[in-house]
Amino acid sequence: MSSTFVVYVEDKPGVLNRVASLFRRRAFNIESLTVGHTDTPGVSRMTIVVGTDRDGARKVEAHLYKLVNVLRVDDVTSTPAVFRDLAMIKVQASAETRSHIMQLVDVYRARIVDVAPDSLMVEVTGTEDKIDSLLDVLRPYGVLEAVRTGRVAMARGAARTPRVRPASAALRGPMPRIPREPAASGPVQLTA
Amino acid sequence: MTRTSARASGRRLEPRMLTGAQIVLECLTRERVSHVFGYPGGAILPVYDVMPAYPIHHVLARHEQGAVHMADGFARAGGGVGVAMATSGPGATNMVTGIATAMMDSSPLVCITGQVSSSLIGSDAFQETDITGVTLPITKHNYLVTEADEIAPALREAFYIARSGRPGPVLVDITKDAQQGSCSFDWEAAEPKPPGYRPDHRPRAAEVRHALDLINGSARPVILLGHGVILGEAENLVKAFAERTTIPVAMTLLGIGAFPGSHPLNLGMMGLHGEAWVNEAVQQADLLIALGMRFDDRVTGKLAEFAPGARKIHVEIDPAEVNKNVPVDVGLIGDVRDVLEALLPGVTPNDHAAWLAHIDGLRGHATARSIQGFDDDGHLYAAHAIHDLWQATRGRALVVTDVGQHQMWEAQYYRHESTRSLITSGGLGPMGFAVPAAIGAKLARPDADVWAIVGDGGFQMTMAELGTMVQEGVKVNIAIINNGCLGMVRQLQEFFYGARYHATPLVNPDFVTLASAYGIRGIRVTERAGVAAAVAAAAAHDGPVLLDIRVESGDAVYPMVAAGAGLDQMIRRPAQEATR
Ligand SMILES: Cc1ncc(C[n+]2csc(CCOP(=O)(O)OP(=O)(O)O)c2C)c(N)n1
Ligand SMILES: [Mg+2]
Repeated sequence: MSSTFVVYVEDKPGVLNRVASLFRRRAFNIESLTVGHTDTPGVSRMTIVVGTDRDGARKVEAHLYKLVNVLRVDDVTSTPAVFRDLAMIKVQASAETRSHIMQLVDVYRARIVDVAPDSLMVEVTGTEDKIDSLLDVLRPYGVLEAVRTGRVAMARGAARTPRVRPASAALRGPMPRIPREPAASGPVQLTA
Repeated sequence: MTRTSARASGRRLEPRMLTGAQIVLECLTRERVSHVFGYPGGAILPVYDVMPAYPIHHVLARHEQGAVHMADGFARAGGGVGVAMATSGPGATNMVTGIATAMMDSSPLVCITGQVSSSLIGSDAFQETDITGVTLPITKHNYLVTEADEIAPALREAFYIARSGRPGPVLVDITKDAQQGSCSFDWEAAEPKPPGYRPDHRPRAAEVRHALDLINGSARPVILLGHGVILGEAENLVKAFAERTTIPVAMTLLGIGAFPGSHPLNLGMMGLHGEAWVNEAVQQADLLIALGMRFDDRVTGKLAEFAPGARKIHVEIDPAEVNKNVPVDVGLIGDVRDVLEALLPGVTPNDHAAWLAHIDGLRGHATARSIQGFDDDGHLYAAHAIHDLWQATRGRALVVTDVGQHQMWEAQYYRHESTRSLITSGGLGPMGFAVPAAIGAKLARPDADVWAIVGDGGFQMTMAELGTMVQEGVKVNIAIINNGCLGMVRQLQEFFYGARYHATPLVNPDFVTLASAYGIRGIRVTERAGVAAAVAAAAAHDGPVLLDIRVESGDAVYPMVAAGAGLDQMIRRPAQEATR
């Protein structure tokens, strides 16, 4: 079983290392990790997929909160959320197979982003399942190269990025409070 | 501009231009740091160079591990933050064991290391070590500071993080060019506000009510008391809680001292080498109230068999500890103090007479097999020596123990009445802790009668710190429980490796002669009658005294929870005839 977290962190050197190191140290296996900027200066956002059950997920969340640079952790495994993976697939394409491939690409709502004499490059976004399935149907034509970003996730509804000062000023001036999710997303669910 | 003149003038003179090195010391001074334990080297020299201008006493250790253990002992004895300092590379790596010790036992430390200049970072320069990388998993947090103007915010935040919430060690690695650079210094503006750090948890009202229902409805409750009670200064509240509810108190190794040893509700230490009746009471309880302890594997025995009939309430400041090892019925996340204050008004008095009588029965049965009942047969047992040391110091010493058999015997036979009167490493268990930690403890509490109780093996790991003791004029008494071997490991070999004693016998120096090389008075003790006399001589002597107590080498610590067994499956001391 796997769990998906959206983790907001301060955008500072070494923070990715701290997060990744935590998973190694606590013997949790990262299945996928993506990281990028958010709309808020000084805040980065990670989507982390971890091979663990509900119990383990609770521990992961609590341990993440112990990292000083972690601003907020949302476990979106079973909350309404949109999950996406992006893949680019380079596939062999001869004069005969080219149109078959283009039809498949259409069915999957993927796009051709590069055309070469003997190959096509396909870009596809969707759930992991959809991309696995497209890869399966393209494989017989000869997949030359494939790359996937790993899962990114966003909860549905109005939850937003926490706001902080830009990293360079983070240690100096007064800091606005980080909006916390309601109690339900606190570090650990405790009541029996 | 000196500090004193700035103070005297009473004007706000900041911000003003200072070097990074001066800023380090300004910050330490304002954090009211009285002692820095350290060892100099090239990359930290700018800081050492300006140190004499500040009201901070530097204690020169003989090894950076010793410096960190000293800072740790200083923090544990005095309740403040301990500060250790070292140079880059080897100085920093030598600190690692000390830092890991503080991490495992939640001891508040700020460790400051010099680093090569920022332009050299990543070039494998002379004495460059990525110490923030090395210490990432063994610090609560750490910083690499490469600019003078980052020093004050990082140091202030380091102190704040080290002492707040669940305390722990924080390392600040400062490049040499940051120490040498100048910038304006503004203490006020450097106020720490790490945005993601939230140490201030409080339990929810519904959980408090749930806990109260369990407490008021239980017939066989036991309090499990841990280090968090000491760190949270909740000793008096625990006493009030235990007395109002008449609930007996079992403690972890690091909880010892937080509840008076002679209190009728004190059961004693639980766990691997806990008293048999304590473990039995824990196993038979219908409710465990864990206060500031983390269900370490040394105290639970086999998890699947731990206290099977008990509901569990876990009062803990670190949310990640709740439900980590033992699933609990109620987790009350917050400072033990705050939680107990919330619980106290809601508890109903109950004398638990039947339960206490039952535990007394368990105790009576176990005492019959205690070594205390053994006659003096001419052999000097470590347990007897420690028992007599307890009596001779009237139970009032501040004892710092090392790691091994003597550590367990101390926990069993030295009865501690007051908080912070036992300092020992529970989580990491590094041999060599006692002597340097005792030096730190004595500097934090100059009026305390500080004793280091240490094995002959562990003593030799940090005995170079005798030099620090002498140089600093610190009166710490040392009792080497000299059994001529690595006793705790020998014991494992005896029980689990067919008594094949490979690599555990020690050929030791004459510790009395060694002491005299340092000008320290040494006394050899070879029989039981000599223990009290030697302690009296140590008390009367002006400087440090080292006792070389020659004890039985083949003895083992009992009871002992069998490997991989439930907490009440204990190997007990054989009857006296059978020992030898
Ligand atoms: C630095 C370190 N190395 C190894 C160990 C493993 N170990 C635990 S107890 C022990 C023996 C300690 O011998 P000694 O100091 O003589 O104490 P005794 O058990 O004999 O009382 C050893 C080797 C340790 N705890 N720390
Ligand atoms: Mg020994």
